[in-house]
Amino acid sequence: MTTILKEVDAVVIGVGWTGSIMARELTKAGLKVVGLERGARRMPAEDFTLPNVRDDLKYAVRQELFQDAQEETVTFRHSPSETALPVRRLGSFLPGTGLGGAGAHWNGLTWRILPSDHKLRSHLTERYGKSAIPTEMTIEDFPVSYDELEPYYDHFEKICGVSGKAGNLRGEKIAGGNMFEGPRANEYPNKPLPQTMAGSIMEKACKDLGYSTFSGPSANASEVYTNPEGLTLGACEFCGHCERFGCEANAKASPNVCILPNLMADPKFELRNYAYVKELVYDRQARKVKAVRYVDTRSGEEYEQPAGIVVLGAYVFNNNLLMMMAGIGEQYDPATGKGALGRNYCYQLSGNTVTVFFEDKVINPFMASGAHTTNIDDFNGDNFDHGGLGFFGGAIIAAGTTNGRPIATRHVPPGTPRWGREWKQATAKWYNHAFSIGASGCSYAHRENFLDLDPTYKDVLGRPLVRMSYNFRDNDHKLVEYIGAQMERIGRAMNPSKMSAAAMRRGNYSVVPYQSTHNTGGTITGSDPKTSVVNRYLQAWGADNLFVMGASVFPQNASYNPTGLVGALAYWSAEAITKRYIKNPGPLVPV
Amino acid sequence: MAEDPKIGRREFLTVAGAAAAALAPANLAEAQQAQSVATSATPPAATSAAPPVDEPLLTLTATEHAFFVAAADTLIPADELSPSGSDCGVANFIDRQLAGAYGTGARLYRQGPFPKGKSEQGYQLSLNPREFFRAGVASANEYTRKAFGKDFDRLNEAQRIEALKAMEQGKAEFTGFGSAMFFGALLQITMEGFFADPIYGGNRDMASWKMVGYPGLPATYRHDIKKYLGKVYDKAPRSIADFS
Repeated sequence: MTTILKEVDAVVIGVGWTGSIMARELTKAGLKVVGLERGARRMPAEDFTLPNVRDDLKYAVRQELFQDAQEETVTFRHSPSETALPVRRLGSFLPGTGLGGAGAHWNGLTWRILPSDHKLRSHLTERYGKSAIPTEMTIEDFPVSYDELEPYYDHFEKICGVSGKAGNLRGEKIAGGNMFEGPRANEYPNKPLPQTMAGSIMEKACKDLGYSTFSGPSANASEVYTNPEGLTLGACEFCGHCERFGCEANAKASPNVCILPNLMADPKFELRNYAYVKELVYDRQARKVKAVRYVDTRSGEEYEQPAGIVVLGAYVFNNNLLMMMAGIGEQYDPATGKGALGRNYCYQLSGNTVTVFFEDKVINPFMASGAHTTNIDDFNGDNFDHGGLGFFGGAIIAAGTTNGRPIATRHVPPGTPRWGREWKQATAKWYNHAFSIGASGCSYAHRENFLDLDPTYKDVLGRPLVRMSYNFRDNDHKLVEYIGAQMERIGRAMNPSKMSAAAMRRGNYSVVPYQSTHNTGGTITGSDPKTSVVNRYLQAWGADNLFVMGASVFPQNASYNPTGLVGALAYWSAEAITKRYIKNPGPLVPV
Repeated sequence: MAEDPKIGRREFLTVAGAAAAALAPANLAEAQQAQSVATSATPPAATSAAPPVDEPLLTLTATEHAFFVAAADTLIPADELSPSGSDCGVANFIDRQLAGAYGTGARLYRQGPFPKGKSEQGYQLSLNPREFFRAGVASANEYTRKAFGKDFDRLNEAQRIEALKAMEQGKAEFTGFGSAMFFGALLQITMEGFFADPIYGGNRDMASWKMVGYPGLPATYRHDIKKYLGKVYDKAPRSIADFS
């Protein structure tokens, strides 16, 4: 029994960053919008308060705020010839759930990708020649240029109150900022965070090596700040409980702080929690998603919500799942290269570290925000010459501290046992005298890295799990070796008492250790309906009224944390809908 | 150590014997090992918490509890830096965790089939953590009975270290799953108990936080981040309980 509800102007699936942005922009344009959120209503004043907001075991280790793998997960295999098995306990990546989504418990690094990242295939072809890109590397251009997206990056940074320093203001290069970034129309809304001890050691070592450092752009407000919505963020307390936690200071930008108070007060918006979207009702002839079916998880009852516009703002895997189940687009097949849905699943080369130890320096790792880094971008993207290197892309290299929570953060020098007397001595000695240099590398699409539906395993609603076929490839292996050598060079320049060798993501990809929740692709944006799923306005090629948000539209993944680009693309798409689509519903790019 | 109610008298004598042997070491390695055993007989120093109280068990059997006490005290031995793992409440922490949501499989996808996977595919057993540790402790005791003639908690410290190393390296023969996997889970939950906020029953008196210099709560460093840049933050740690 499905209860058919009265049609609304727009329905938004998932009320995280993109769902909140889209619902806010569409209601401002006069539309009546329903937001369907599978998780609970969660607001900082009720849910993220002292003292329990500082519970390391509950939030960081037992994963309180994340998607419940008991209900829904993905299956994983390294290649199409293997049998995928379910990720039974989340590890490598941690999708969010509940009001605010992962935006409630992210760290806050808010980047723009490089202008060359925006047109990756044509940029590399232009610089290194037509035959330089291997055939199995199925990278594409974003169909939106950096210059086109600049105002939307800018707006999202203002919504979040990002703390940072410009390195390229309208073409003028400024030391102390990221001089590799694309030209910015405006300075960051807030000044950079105060430097940590780790950051100051990084700055000095890099200066000695001839590199100019900058403060990683952080959506942890360095000062009290009021955003363009008129909503106020508090100043960061550097509590060291950021990633995986909510923020009691309201200093970490989140939909819950930066958008939802206004959206939820708007009578044109209706939030429905416990509304677990099960499927899209797709009319292929009409090229429309007519309705969204969801289950109220409190009663088990099923509802069908018809809508004029459907915004898909779930996480990467659910965006793929709902489109694959509805058949909106053709499933990608790695054997033939045909089909676009599920194509170009990418990840990131994260969690690469060199750890440095200083007898005579006090680090205080527990005084930090989650996005509190001192960076260089000299080895990122195509900021360095790849001639003769045998790989493309690079990594952001940063040092800093994000926390000193000792269940997980307690460095000991290489060769120390993992337990016993010697381990204890080393832990007590080095806890406050060590930090890591870290690198996050880009992930370029590969023909055999893709998503489809698993034939065996089901979720709590009886739907197939998304099946991930993914492994690190030749480009990735060469990239991490090159970056590891740079990190070791920086580490040595710090003159540490002790130093670890570069611990890099070598060998096969594993779903066990945490790396990053920066999964991308599968419903990628492009200019050709044969190789992409949505057009440059994130409108599905196969359904004019369906707009797909988030990192599932990235054709490949740059080295940067994705949220800045995700937010910018949401505002860019919202404007196309409110200024063009509403007046004249139909394809915004000719099919 | 003799006063510790959780260590049997028989074992105290064994440890004391090893300490005596240290007076006439045959070689340097033996001397170092004997020295390390002898150290364990030294009562913990100034950092010691109030005398530990044995708490009622929620799910563990007496045998399992004895195993976790012995394991915690071997992984985290008492010294001048902190009391032993069990004196810090680690075994009680494990009991509570395994009796609660985590132990019964919260956030663990448990639909079959359950074929053997590659290590990179992660945990693929049908057991929840409570069941996993029940089977693992049984295997560990079976292994030490074969190798040393006794349950794990009845071994002297040198034997316990040897047994745990065999498990860590996957050399101890277990039934159903590998001993390295069991050891990994044991080490993880032991360290959770030692370092988590004391509200969960471990880390009594914030012993581990004092040991490393982690201040705990309230963690509001807006001004201190500049004031203490490069300087030791010498404030006594506080727990969630101190603010509740």
